[in-house]
Amino acid sequence: MAESKPTMTLDIATLKVGDSLPAFTTAPVSRLNLALYCGASGDHNPIHVDLAFAQKAGMPDVFAHGMLSMAWLSKLLTNWVPQSQLRDYGVRFVAITQVGEAITCSGVVVELLEVGGERRVRVELQTANARGEVKLKGEAVVAIGGGV
Amino acid sequence: MLDKSFIGHALPAFNVPVEASRLRFFAKAIGQTDPVYTDDNAARAAGHAALPVPPTYLFCLEMDGPNPNAVRELLGIAIARILHGEQRFTYHAPCHAGDVLRFEQRIVDIYDKKGGALDFVARETKVSNHRGEHIADLHCVTVVRNG
Repeated sequence: MAESKPTMTLDIATLKVGDSLPAFTTAPVSRLNLALYCGASGDHNPIHVDLAFAQKAGMPDVFAHGMLSMAWLSKLLTNWVPQSQLRDYGVRFVAITQVGEAITCSGVVVELLEVGGERRVRVELQTANARGEVKLKGEAVVAIGGGV
Repeated sequence: MLDKSFIGHALPAFNVPVEASRLRFFAKAIGQTDPVYTDDNAARAAGHAALPVPPTYLFCLEMDGPNPNAVRELLGIAIARILHGEQRFTYHAPCHAGDVLRFEQRIVDIYDKKGGALDFVARETKVSNHRGEHIADLHCVTVVRNG
């Protein structure tokens, strides 16, 4: 899948509250994306891949797995720091991601903290469509600096 | 209205092997182009023992258990009515292809909102590896549409 490239990087040494992580936007979500994620993830709920099933369940169309968006959003973190520095990662699925939507993954540093002698940052994360409608709201805690 | 007597109910624990080919398929499905997640040499060069399990893949491994519908069946919920409400991972140690992970699931809360139009089931899962090391904790909230 073609994705926009991050346009900036974030220097750990001078990191401060308010700094943005390098955002990126996915290609529009396709039915092939959903079929591949169905197989790869092991989430075989037909509502994401079978139009007849989705419509019978009262949905206008199939729609993206929430966990597919959570996986995209995780790349915002692992593009930035090695995964071994990720301490906590959570999201709320606040709106359904529809076929055809290009999803922008973004995040901002909201807190610098220290836990057990380890320097960490808390970042607020979100995914949104081109109209700015938020789909996932999340948060992660990432270790920065020595010893990781 | 779901049966709240299942709050605190523990499900049978199960083990799931982490397979490199599945990790590569997952990387393709999420558009992950960092070779650390698909190339053994790149993974080792980055300090990993083997291909690393990416941040959200623990949820997929949890669904690879003997019955991914166990909680839903226990509570009598139709698959067409469920939505994923929340998901959280707390990481304690890395895990890699070749590991065998143990999943211990527990229903920690059942509640409703909007006058019973929506039911919520919260589940926590402890993940450990074959050496007994605590790898991660997962917190999952499933929403049931009753309308």
